This record gives sequence, structure tokens and C-alpha cells, in this order.
Amino acid sequence: MKTDDLIAALSADNATRGAPLSRAFAVALGLGMAASVVFFFATLGVRDTFFASLGQPRFLFKFVFSLTMAASGLFLAWRLSRPGAVAGPAAKTLLLAPALVALASLAEMATTPATLWPARMIGHNALHCLILIPLMALAPLLGLFAALRHGAPSDGRRAGAAAALAASGLSATLYAMNCPDDSPFFLAVWYMIAAALVVALGWLAGGRWLRW
Amino acid sequence: MRAALAGDSLAYKRLLSALAPFLRGVCAKFCARIGAPASEVEDAVQETLLALHLKRHTWDPAQPLTPWIAAIARNKTIDAARRRGRRVETDIADFEDVLAAPDGADAFERELDRRDALRLLDQLSARQREAIEAVSIRGQSLRDAAQALGVSEGALRVSVHRGLKSLADLYRLKSQ
Repeated sequence: MKTDDLIAALSADNATRGAPLSRAFAVALGLGMAASVVFFFATLGVRDTFFASLGQPRFLFKFVFSLTMAASGLFLAWRLSRPGAVAGPAAKTLLLAPALVALASLAEMATTPATLWPARMIGHNALHCLILIPLMALAPLLGLFAALRHGAPSDGRRAGAAAALAASGLSATLYAMNCPDDSPFFLAVWYMIAAALVVALGWLAGGRWLRW
Repeated sequence: MRAALAGDSLAYKRLLSALAPFLRGVCAKFCARIGAPASEVEDAVQETLLALHLKRHTWDPAQPLTPWIAAIARNKTIDAARRRGRRVETDIADFEDVLAAPDGADAFERELDRRDALRLLDQLSARQREAIEAVSIRGQSLRDAAQALGVSEGALRVSVHRGLKSLADLYRLKSQ
């Protein structure tokens, strides 16, 4: 086939065009998140003290942390979804969630006696956290991968990792409603390890499935 | 590109035709550097045009067009290099330079232009290949081609689009 013939075929196909990326992202997040929310309320549900805890800064900080993680990952994945896009300021927002949890940990050190620190860091059920956050991240991650495949990320691994960070932030937000541990120490260790596992998965999967 | 996205197929055809020599320049330079034979150049050009077409919804009209095209060309030439089992790192600046300052089409380029690429066409299903050949090689409009093949215009449009998608998939499989 000659190049001119291909061009003729391409312009004949001009009427058929992909949906805008914003719609792909919205659908992906909506469906992926819906699946995880259904799973969460069907199997875990909010913890008994959920409503009583709504006034406690430690409890509320968990959501500030997880939503910051989700937002920065999503922002970066969105930026990286087009060819030739530069991450720019989106890459810097990645530091936001770890910085927040570091500051909160300092505050925790200042306000609680050192004898309590190890118990707060180890928490009640770290394994639960390490399993459930990655598990509930799968559906939003799948959705975001579908959206990224509709796009055309120049670097699949980085885009995949960013999507995974967004998915684990969303998943951590759900999990935090059930998790009995509110200390920033617990977040700094177990939530971060759980997110790192998902990000590693996203990086590997992105290199394989986000090629176009 | 804006007119093309608004549905102006003629403007789209003009844009792609104007881009082809630039892309050929980029791909020729790149293939020479990785030691690929000139026969691969036209493959890479066509693969880039295909990707550009199938991913054109990812261009943000608020952004300049050149870096977007350069990124696609880079991605596709790396794929072409992978097919030869080579790992290459390229700088996006190489692509933008060539896109920004094309030199005229010399005899070498015209020679490349005459080469056949997309030999993968033979691997498509009969219906898809027929559809693509009808609207391209015989240069018929969608309506005329549909009449000649005895199918509806809508069905032909779907076949053409699926055929182009399959071609891009075949290229990708080859480079994995």
C-alpha cells in the first residue's frame, strides 16, 4: 500500500473519532469506584465508631491524606495520558501526601508519649490494611487503565504508576472508614507500603498494557 | 487539524499529505541511525500516520500541534527499532527539529514515496481489506465505494475504521 493510498483511507475515516479523554476518565473512575464502593459496603462497612469519630482530627486526617494521594495521582495520570505531554507541576504534587503524613507524624510525636509510639505504628491489623487497600484499588485501576489505553501515554510505565497511585488513594479513602487505626504513624508505614505495592504493579502493568 | 477535527475531510487529507514528507525525513534519519534498511522508512511513516489518525482525539486544541506529532513519531520509530531487536533512547528534540525545519523532497525521498508499505494489509479479514482498498487504492468516495461493494455507507465506514485499527494492532504485535 502506498502512503498516498493510506492517507486517502485515513481521510475517508475522518467521521469516526474517539470520544474525548475527559469522558473516558470520568466513565473509568465512575465505574471503577462504584465497584469498589459496593465491595466495601457489602463486606466491610464503616467501623462502629465512625460517626463518633467524625470530630477527631486524627480520623479526619486519614481522609485528607488519602484524598491528596488520589488527587495527585489522578492529576499526573491525566497529564501523562497524551503524547508529548510533560508532567510539569503534576509531578511535584506527588510529594504532597508524603509531606503531609510526615508533618502529622511530627505533630503526633509532640503530643503523645514515646512509650505509645510503637503500639500506634504497629496498630491492630496491619495485614488487613496491606491486603484490602490493594484489593479495593484494583477496580479503579482497571478503569484508569482503560482510560489511558483510550489516550496515548508516551511513557506507559509512568502513566501506569500514576494511575495506580490514584487508585490506591481512592481505595485507602474507603479503607480508612473501616480501619480502627488513626495514628499518622500507621498511615506513614502501612498505608504507604500498601500504596507502594499498587504503584509497583501499575508501573509493571503500564509497561505492558499501555503501549499503543 | 482543527478543521479536520470539525469534520472537514479535505482539510484533513491536505494536512496528512503535507505531514508525510516531514515524517519521512524524521523516519529516514532515525532508520539510518539505527542501521535499519531504507525499506523500513515507509513502514514507519505509515505507522505514524495511522497512530496519528487513531489517536487524534488526544490532541488538545489548546496546545501546539508540533510536539504532539513529534511525540507520536518518536513513539512509533522506537517501535520500529524494537522490531529489529534494538534498544534505543531518543531525544524528542531530534523530532521537533526536523518537524520545524523540513528540507525539500529530494530524489531519495521521492524514491521512498514510491515504495509499498503496509504489507500487513494481507493479514486483514477479507471484508476489512476490501473496504480499505476501495476507499484508498481506487480512490473512491465512501458513497461510491459502498455502492460498488453493495454494502451500506455506514457498514463500509465501520469496516474501514476497524480495518485501520487492526492494522495498528498488527504493527504493535509485530514489535512486541
